Amino acid sequence: MKSLGENANAEPMLQNAEAATSAQNNRSKKRKTMKRTLTTLIAAAFVALGAPAFAGAIVITGAGATFPYPIYGKWAHAYNRLTGVKLNYQSIGSGGGIKQIKAGTVDFGASDAPLKPEELDKFGLAQFPMIMGGVCPVVNLKGIAANQLRLTPRVLADIFLGRIRKWNDPAIAAANPGARLPRRGITVVHRADGSGTTWIFTDYLSKVSPEWKKRVGVGKAVSWPVGVGGKGNEGVAAFVRRIRGAIGYVEYAYALQNRMATVRIQNRSGSFVAPAADSFQAAAAGADWERAPGFYMVLTDQPGEKSWPITGASFILMHKKQAKPSKAREILKFWDWCYRHGAQAALELNYVPMPEKVAQLAEAMWAEKIRGVNGERIWPAN
Amino acid sequence: MPQDEHNGRAGVEGVNAAPSAPGVGRSAGDAIFRFLTTGAGVGLLLLIAAMAAVLWQQSALSRAKFGWGFLAHAVWNPVTENFGALGAMYGTAATTAIALLVAVPISLGIGLFLAELAPQWLRVPAGTAIELLAAVPSIVYGMWGLFVLAPIMGDVVQPWIQERFGDFFLFSGPPIGIGILSAGLVLALMILPFISSVIRDVFLMTPSALKESAYGMGATTWEVARDIMIPYGRKGIIGAITLGLGRALGETMAVTFVIGNAHELNFSLFALGNSIASTLANEFTEADGDVYLSALIELGLVLFLMTFVILSVAQIWLRRMGKREGR
Repeated sequence: MKSLGENANAEPMLQNAEAATSAQNNRSKKRKTMKRTLTTLIAAAFVALGAPAFAGAIVITGAGATFPYPIYGKWAHAYNRLTGVKLNYQSIGSGGGIKQIKAGTVDFGASDAPLKPEELDKFGLAQFPMIMGGVCPVVNLKGIAANQLRLTPRVLADIFLGRIRKWNDPAIAAANPGARLPRRGITVVHRADGSGTTWIFTDYLSKVSPEWKKRVGVGKAVSWPVGVGGKGNEGVAAFVRRIRGAIGYVEYAYALQNRMATVRIQNRSGSFVAPAADSFQAAAAGADWERAPGFYMVLTDQPGEKSWPITGASFILMHKKQAKPSKAREILKFWDWCYRHGAQAALELNYVPMPEKVAQLAEAMWAEKIRGVNGERIWPAN
Repeated sequence: MPQDEHNGRAGVEGVNAAPSAPGVGRSAGDAIFRFLTTGAGVGLLLLIAAMAAVLWQQSALSRAKFGWGFLAHAVWNPVTENFGALGAMYGTAATTAIALLVAVPISLGIGLFLAELAPQWLRVPAGTAIELLAAVPSIVYGMWGLFVLAPIMGDVVQPWIQERFGDFFLFSGPPIGIGILSAGLVLALMILPFISSVIRDVFLMTPSALKESAYGMGATTWEVARDIMIPYGRKGIIGAITLGLGRALGETMAVTFVIGNAHELNFSLFALGNSIASTLANEFTEADGDVYLSALIELGLVLFLMTFVILSVAQIWLRRMGKREGR
């Protein structure tokens, strides 16, 4: 029966562009084996039994956040070449990832919003941060180039609350002396679908604006006071490009690829910083991971002069009790490889790798918390 | 869900399994045929019942929490888990109404042109072109709406209207080109081919004896259309409209692109909104709270019932009309 499940997994793999070819190989292999079994007149049941044997490589299945999908794909590709271990990652969204890992249908879940320690305990899950990135506001204003506009946290919150409705509002002008701000109305663009990106962004707004915290709150989907909803980063980007005077928020990598006009945001130390890999790293470096139980750490509004205030980490969720310790070990080996050798690939895709210290903390947690059903050690792998 | 899949499959398996028996007599063949067709019909009913049952059961949490109030308010707040369907219901109804208001007269015109006025050489290619429109995937209409229609609406049409009638409540709000009106127009374009090709066929079925006698009495083309063809094909025309209506009510992707996806209840045509289908398309995958998910399923139930009621009313109306005309 186990092998049937494994075969079924080959289907959704087709969605994964990189995995598609390997799935095809798998298919033709399968077809050959089928032929052989037929010619040797071995019962069909044997095919089911034999399937994992010729599939050979270990397949790790995971589901969750869309934000880290490109880097997980790139890592998986490189790791597959080295070891033959395959990753089948479905980017169905953080909420879906959490749901799937709770139900135990995947080997790991991925979420942009960390689960609270209570919730981790309730479902017997362990959580660790894998990769970081930033969320940045983007604007469409004629004559305003990228990182030219400066916004204070207060102004940003008031815009998204619908309190500031014109670009030439004195509150915006005060932070932008000399800039020629148009009289145009502001159109807020937000995500229409639930998203970890929204979670990070609303978490930041809640930290800097008591009114936002009270009226709107934090969530993957919230009740937006104003604005247009776009589906996915691409939906938000399309609306921002389309509507003059629009302001939205997207993942940093997305803003870069589409050459959108990002803005400078004032951080906790009072300096206006632009979104960039080093400003995300500065935010992560300032964070005190050691004193965050269950790695529950939100990187928004971190101290540090260079820190980008809307930084977030993406997390991996795994069950603490692993029924198949040998497979769990392979999964942890993969993440270990990503921590150690994945930084270059991450930076190329405009992500921010986790600092080494955090990786060590995570691996110490694996050793302590992730065990087999009888409590046997899984990590460190020998 | 597994339950209704099961029911559905039961019907299909019945169809596949049967026509194998060789050498059965005619009466046996008849019996099998009757069994198969009855099975297919009953299977369909069972499928619909199963869908309704699953929607009903899965929305229990939301129904218990909000009661009838779910239909009466437009708050949609996933953070506080307070949900109401009114905004999405209004969005669905308003976009569908706009679509029908625009598409029906144009479809009548197209049908009349193709059946009566167009030169012979144009009829077939033009008819095929309209049928081809029906085969365009809805996401293409959505993208066209966002990248072509929305800029025209936002930069030209809406400012022009606002300059003249800006105080009227239907035309208030910032002219950004997307919203209820744009979604309605895209929907109109989408249902146009369905309605017009059926209407053309209905018009073509008008007996030429009737038309010729009217022409012989000196009636103009317009009079023949108004007094002969439309009354004669009324049933078919209403059927065509119902077809378009059903499609407009449930259209998802195209609406999601242009309606603005904002949970608000605003009666301006330029305002942003949300239809039931677009809400489901946007939010289903990431709805992680139990009440949230249940509320979305209840939205699905509401759409199911809305469609059911509207189509039933149309059917009853048709039947009444048929009786009155003695057919």
